[in-house]
Amino acid sequence: MKRLLVLGAGTAGTIVVNKLRRALDPEEWDITIVDQSEVHHYQPGYLFIPFGIYTRNDVLKPRRDYIPPGVKMILSRIEAIEPDQNRVRLEKDGRYLPYDFLVIATGSQPRYEEVPGLLGPEWHKSIHEFYTLEGAVALAKYLRSWEGGRLVLNISELPIKCPVAPLEFLFLADWYFHELGKRSRVELTLVTPLPGAFTKPRASQLLGNLLAEKNIHVVPEFAVESVDAEAHKIVSYDGQEVEYDLLVSVAIHMGDDVIARSGLGNDTNHVPVDKHTLLSIQYPNIFALGDAADVPTSKAGSVAHFQAEVFTENFLRYIDGLEMTASFDGHANCYIESGFGKGFLIDFNYDVEPLPGRYPLPGLGPFSLLQESAINHWGKMMFRWIYWNLLLKGKELPITTHMSMAGKWA
Amino acid sequence: MPSREIAGKVVEVDAEGFLCNPDEWSKEIAEEIAREEGIEQLTDLHWKVIEFCRADFKARGEPPTLRRITKESGVDTKTLYTLFPKGPAKKVARIAGLGKPTGCI
Repeated sequence: MKRLLVLGAGTAGTIVVNKLRRALDPEEWDITIVDQSEVHHYQPGYLFIPFGIYTRNDVLKPRRDYIPPGVKMILSRIEAIEPDQNRVRLEKDGRYLPYDFLVIATGSQPRYEEVPGLLGPEWHKSIHEFYTLEGAVALAKYLRSWEGGRLVLNISELPIKCPVAPLEFLFLADWYFHELGKRSRVELTLVTPLPGAFTKPRASQLLGNLLAEKNIHVVPEFAVESVDAEAHKIVSYDGQEVEYDLLVSVAIHMGDDVIARSGLGNDTNHVPVDKHTLLSIQYPNIFALGDAADVPTSKAGSVAHFQAEVFTENFLRYIDGLEMTASFDGHANCYIESGFGKGFLIDFNYDVEPLPGRYPLPGLGPFSLLQESAINHWGKMMFRWIYWNLLLKGKELPITTHMSMAGKWA
Repeated sequence: MPSREIAGKVVEVDAEGFLCNPDEWSKEIAEEIAREEGIEQLTDLHWKVIEFCRADFKARGEPPTLRRITKESGVDTKTLYTLFPKGPAKKVARIAGLGKPTGCI
């Protein structure tokens, strides 16, 4: 009996066990998945919670409902990966899980402790965040009674998951305060270490224009050194200061500590892998998928999904000693909420930056690319249903794994 | 890829002026790019960082992130911002003749 062990039952891990349980002979392959919590979070939904569009219940489901029969699921914290012994040590009963192949899909998490001054008496008072469920819920409560003032959204350091979410937060905030009749009493500012609104030039320019149109200020090239919570200001390494009444912080996202404890990560605890096959640089029987992997594309659910597709196709060849012919191209596909019931769609990969055009999607589309439209907003809203009902279960979606140039205006 | 002359040598550069081939780099090129970036004189501390980045690139195949430079070169982040104002990781990568860092996506 061969053993495939998957660490992490998030987007990537769940899709992989669903696809591989169907493809691998149960007489020959034992599949086990480990996670420390029973609940699966639909992370893209956090964004909508501060504005009362989603609630806690909209983003949670039991993980077990998404793990197919024939896959063993173990709930435990992971103590360490011991790659030289081909085994993983669990906290639960000090148990060892031996493997023939290991998939690391332990994700990445925001590290607020990396910004000095952030965590303290003002946390969840004048300082908030929305990249965790608790943080998003606390911010929703706070905003309901907030009188207005200077709202500063600060990205402290990259990488972060879903790099467009901070912009979406500001677009939604603009809409939210407008609906409450408070917009004139709220100043919205994005403070970012990047030279502009986004990492890719054409999208950055377009999103920058949209921010200006909505009267959202941008302070670029600001690398925060610390937060002075008492004086309500953030201070950069080169001495700039920005004052706030409400600070929404987006801190760096790092891979799980188990990666560091096991000596498998880089400086941000992400696992170095081949960017096309996702095979570990160090070990020929370890793959890393989703946010856990160190690949130069966005950390996002769409990326985890496309990687899982490429990985499963390759894995079925790899275990038979065949060459891995499928290649991950860095494909990411993001709906961007722009407020007032509208949205954008961007689609890009390692080599092609987001371009304008139309995104063909049988039955639903076309969606407009890099252009605001109502259908894009509905695409995003519908996506939650697709995520729970099709995507996690590894079912066929009418979306190509590799980025396609069809409909794009190059 | 466009090419241009820097310090008397014709080298290939990308759209943002990063050298395409780190082997075409020289100390004179570094000095000229540094002046373009507003750094008049490269001090010993500048060179310490530049040399760390070149060595790290050679070992790992990609320009180091700011976090990595801080951790491994012994020069703290605040000093790096004084040496290479605005974006130290990006600026030092350009001066050191390495490609644009891909970490920031």
